[in-house]
Amino acid sequence: MKNKTSFLPQEGEARPSRCPDNSAFKQQKLPAWKPQLTIAAVLSSFFLTGVFCLSVGVCLIMSANSVREIQIDYSDKCSDCSKLRENSSNWNKECHCSVNFMLKEDILGDVFMYYGLQNFYQNHRRYVISRSDAQLLGRNVNIQKSYCAPFTTYRNGTPMAPCGAIANSMFNDTIDLFYNLNSSVIQVPLLKTGNSWWTDKNVKFRNPKSYNLSSAFAGTARPPYWQKPVYLLDEEDERNNGYVNDDFIIWMRVSAFATFRNLYRRVRRIRQFADGLPAGNYTFHISYNFPVTKFKGRKHVILSTVVWSGGSNPFLGIAYVVSGTAATLTGFVITVIHLKLRKKKTFFQK
Amino acid sequence: IVCWRRELGTEAYIPQRFPDNRIVSSKYTFWNFVPKNLFEQFRRIANFYFLIIFLVQLIIDTPTSPVTSGLPLLFVITVTAIKQGYEDWLRHKADNAMNQCPVHFIQHGKLVRKQSRKLRVGDIVMVKEDETFPCDLIFLSSSRGDGTCFVTTASLDGESSHKTYYAVQDTKAFHNEQEIDALHATIECEQPQPDLYKLHRIKEMTDYNNLVNCAFIKLLYRAIVSKISCLISGVAIYTGMETKMALNYQAKSQKRSAVEKSMNVFLIVYLCILISKALINTVLKYVWQSEPFRDEPWYNQKTEPERKRNLFLRAFTDFLAFMVLFNYIIPVSMYVTVEMQKFLGSYFLTWDEEMFDEDTGEGPLVNTSDLNEELGQIEYVFTDKTGTLTENNMEFVECCIEGHVYVPHVICNGQILHDCTGIDMIDSSPGGSGKAILEISLNFTNQTLCLCHTVQVKDDDSVDGLKKNQLSRRSCIYISSSPDEVALVEGIQRYVCNQEGLRTLCVAYKKLTAEEYSNAQKLLQNAKLALQDREKKLAEVYEKIERDFILLGATAVEDRLQEKAADTIEALQKAGIKVWVLTGDKMETAAATCYACKLFRRNTQILELTTKKIEEQSLHDVQDGSSANYRELFLEICRNCSAVLCCRMAPLQKAQIVKLIKLSKEHPITLAIGDGANDVSMILEAHVGIGIIGKEGRQAARNSDYAIPKFKHLKKMLLVHGHFYYVRISELVQYFFYKNVCFIFPQFLYQFFCGFSQQTLYDTAYLTLYNISFTSLPILLYGLMEQHVSADTLKREPSLYRDVAKNALLRWRAFIYWTFLGVFDAVVFFFGAYFLFDNTVVTSNGQMFGNWTFGTLVFTVLVFTVTLKLALDTHYWTWINHFMIWGSLVFYIIFSLLWGGIIWPFLNYQRMYYVFMQMLSSGPAWLGIILLITVSLLPDVLKKVLCRQLWPTATERIQIGGTCIGLDSSCSCCCRVFRGTARTPELKSLSFIPSHFTA
Repeated sequence: MKNKTSFLPQEGEARPSRCPDNSAFKQQKLPAWKPQLTIAAVLSSFFLTGVFCLSVGVCLIMSANSVREIQIDYSDKCSDCSKLRENSSNWNKECHCSVNFMLKEDILGDVFMYYGLQNFYQNHRRYVISRSDAQLLGRNVNIQKSYCAPFTTYRNGTPMAPCGAIANSMFNDTIDLFYNLNSSVIQVPLLKTGNSWWTDKNVKFRNPKSYNLSSAFAGTARPPYWQKPVYLLDEEDERNNGYVNDDFIIWMRVSAFATFRNLYRRVRRIRQFADGLPAGNYTFHISYNFPVTKFKGRKHVILSTVVWSGGSNPFLGIAYVVSGTAATLTGFVITVIHLKLRKKKTFFQK
Repeated sequence: IVCWRRELGTEAYIPQRFPDNRIVSSKYTFWNFVPKNLFEQFRRIANFYFLIIFLVQLIIDTPTSPVTSGLPLLFVITVTAIKQGYEDWLRHKADNAMNQCPVHFIQHGKLVRKQSRKLRVGDIVMVKEDETFPCDLIFLSSSRGDGTCFVTTASLDGESSHKTYYAVQDTKAFHNEQEIDALHATIECEQPQPDLYKLHRIKEMTDYNNLVNCAFIKLLYRAIVSKISCLISGVAIYTGMETKMALNYQAKSQKRSAVEKSMNVFLIVYLCILISKALINTVLKYVWQSEPFRDEPWYNQKTEPERKRNLFLRAFTDFLAFMVLFNYIIPVSMYVTVEMQKFLGSYFLTWDEEMFDEDTGEGPLVNTSDLNEELGQIEYVFTDKTGTLTENNMEFVECCIEGHVYVPHVICNGQILHDCTGIDMIDSSPGGSGKAILEISLNFTNQTLCLCHTVQVKDDDSVDGLKKNQLSRRSCIYISSSPDEVALVEGIQRYVCNQEGLRTLCVAYKKLTAEEYSNAQKLLQNAKLALQDREKKLAEVYEKIERDFILLGATAVEDRLQEKAADTIEALQKAGIKVWVLTGDKMETAAATCYACKLFRRNTQILELTTKKIEEQSLHDVQDGSSANYRELFLEICRNCSAVLCCRMAPLQKAQIVKLIKLSKEHPITLAIGDGANDVSMILEAHVGIGIIGKEGRQAARNSDYAIPKFKHLKKMLLVHGHFYYVRISELVQYFFYKNVCFIFPQFLYQFFCGFSQQTLYDTAYLTLYNISFTSLPILLYGLMEQHVSADTLKREPSLYRDVAKNALLRWRAFIYWTFLGVFDAVVFFFGAYFLFDNTVVTSNGQMFGNWTFGTLVFTVLVFTVTLKLALDTHYWTWINHFMIWGSLVFYIIFSLLWGGIIWPFLNYQRMYYVFMQMLSSGPAWLGIILLITVSLLPDVLKKVLCRQLWPTATERIQIGGTCIGLDSSCSCCCRVFRGTARTPELKSLSFIPSHFTA
């Protein structure tokens, strides 16, 4: 209030004991920055946002356009196999088919091979929780306590390793790529390791400790839908076998949506594939094990390159361009309103 | 002594046990505290809702752990229980102190000391000077020879003047214990009643069953303080919870602020949204599942018990699971934060040094912090006059005798002072002051003044103390009856110095012969004993005697206005608040005060509703609430007035007026401010009650919600603190709902993509901590520190108060805007991330992200957006705000790094392991996060800019630095209400005197 001066304590006179403390905080007078929505700040922020978004968007679109991607739906191309797989009693019958395609121009750089699934609800709650992370860490745990049911144990009490619906439904097609060069067929060399997150491979997934892998898994059984036990996933490479198998680890990372793709192989850049995949005719040799027709799903195999902005998704670039445009336009609209109102003595005074 | 009670009008005696003299104001006992308190807490809709959610989580298999809702609920319940328990413990202590204070009894002719609670009906009690009566008593005798005693009833009705009580005729001669103890009597009295002013018809029969006295007796009530007289003895007739005080004890009902009511409405809206969301999802789930390949595909089989479960049971548990999944939309933490904001925020009021009064050494007191924001919503202020607007400090200004005006220094040391116990006129020798002017009339006037009063001389006073009943409701002179007096003097009250707002007394006299006197005496006695129409008969008698006076002169006394009262009232009126003055004073005095404090201006048109029969009738009806017509008429008139003055108000009538306005059509928010115990009822009735820590005791301050030392502090309290509190809490409430819509709506959308399986989008840690730590502190700090305009500006421009009037920031429009903003942001988060992840690679190394990365990305955008939204709304950035806003974002990042950085041994899942780091190592994810945050914030910024430019509010003009345009002056019609009933029963009861006159 205005009589503030009368409030100052007289010299030598003690303030009454109940008199409040005069700190800036208690008097709500802390020094503060009081930002104001001035027209300059508003317009500059809109235009800056617009320019930034537009430039990022253009860059993103350009880089996304440089991505090469080939996607082949092979769920119907092997129609015999898909029929065969509809009956689960044929689980041990092998079924192979091949899919041809032609590259009109070279795919340069690192080429990644993905498998894609449609209508496969990996994000269903019952499915997501159906795993035992402790078991996958190589610990000797009682999986009865986990949410693995109904894929926990067999009737005779033998525990499944790994347990749970996720592990049980692991993608088990094998896809090989062949390059048809002048009537000779060259198998494209593919890398099957190094595709999963480093931390998953080295920390989150561990095999049980024992002198060899098969003994580590002694007393357990493979999941019902698997054709071979977990310690035979990759017999050639000890460090890619058991729980630390890359394909298994990648499968265990549950996707966010029912349509998804997972990294399967990378093209190894040697010999004629040192720059990527040259143009020409190619064939996928597929051993068809994974049934999708039963849940009206589709299977794809995808070859794609990757740039700094990810795969061939134009969304981010378009979104940036659109919002950049919107911000810029809004900036102009505000300017117009401001100029019109200024004649009528607007409140925006700098 | 035997005591009987009888219902009025019946002859039947009801045999009954009388309670002991124990007063119980506490709510709980040691044993029933836990169940009773829990029961009361769960009666709150919010607590009950959280309890249900918690129980559901315990019983069925839900997507989230019961801990997430159980812990916060436990916290809230415990804190509230401790607070209420502590308060009740204080009440217990106060009760015990009262019940155990010593009382003197007479037993077997001897004086015995006992605890107050052991007092029984029929006991004879001795009370000394300055002691309070322990229960309601019949006055038997006093140590003064004439059987009188002097008491003050301040703690009952706020009247601090001394009143004379008379002992029962037959017993007043008893002086020592033996005599009193020898008394045998039967007392017949009514059932206890709360009415303070009603007289008790009590039949007292002493020995031999002679009907000795059948009269209306003033009882000595509990809590009355005895003064001056040395020893009083009395018979206890009402004890304990049957005393007047206990019957009049009005439990402080819990007041709820407008914001809290809006909050509850919003809560119900959200509850409906929640239930409909859960219903929609449940229905869709079963539609979606109707295809068996979706319900149970080969890769995702059910367990045996799941397959066998009854369909309806399954649907019901699914519904509950969805409820649990979405229950965060109404967070427990909102209630905790609101409570904390109110509690901590109220300290700023007590700390305010501008509201500290140097003279009294008192600062503002906050008795309840529940109503902080209501201070910013006041539409009507009801103020008491004496002691609130004025100093309550009577000063003798001048007197006029036979046309000559004398000012104080001429009349030497003639001076009238007023303190809280009464008015003392110190006048060493009225007639012989040795001054030049020693006219007979002056002498005579002084003589009259000296004779005609109800002043008692205290023994230890060295000078003659002259005390006049000069209190607001009693500004008439009572004339003591001494038969040999030549003259009886009459005080007529008429206004001579109207403009100056002085209280004046006219002094006049009349000679009575001995016969005339005894006639009058007889008439009065008869009228007093009449069973019916006593008031009327008494008035007739007074009318008969009080005529043909000879005017002697007039005295004038001034009660000065409090400093800055006018300034404060002016500011309040500019702020759009209607100020009503409710006073017990006469109209002229009150009106003069109103002019002085600028409530009325010279050009105001005054509308008077005065004593004419019809109006009086109408007013009476209005206040009794019996006639709806008059009530509406009265409201209609008063609502169109800029200021209203109501005179001659009894305490209860004040409360009735407040109630009338409170319950009128628009349900305006009312504030009552007063300093005396007579204002307590209105303080309790109004939405916000403010007590002035004043001279008439602390009764008002104790019963109020807030207490301030001076009326002028009301200005800062409403215009600055109230405004701030309101702006802060309304943003807090809206923001809480907004951020939880943002939080939960993506979760709802995700159900459409995960087969309605109640899969959570976010990790449990995020679900739990979102409201507790990631986003709670910035808004709490906002709720404590925000100043959208500076305090000085608010005080300088009272009209800014209108910007927030009528709950402006919590109207439906604002609420819907916030909700839609939340939905929009949630859609942006979810679908932005969805298209970003749409079956494609989001990393630069070809690796894929899973569902937890998706959820974490949405969550990161969410946390940043809601925090930055708050940052955009903050107008006052102290270092604390910076610290909290940026600090909580940094905390989120650090927590996420830590949470994902370690294989936590106590968790049975490791789904978040390195998810956050992997996300941050991907360039597109960064770009996506930045884009989504920008897009979510843009519309709000745009709305702000456009609204400011096109339709700026006064506050926004001020913020930009312009000055506020002058307000069109408020309606200049004024209304004064004058209550006609001048004589309260209180006055009549004192009429042992032969003559009485009122205006």
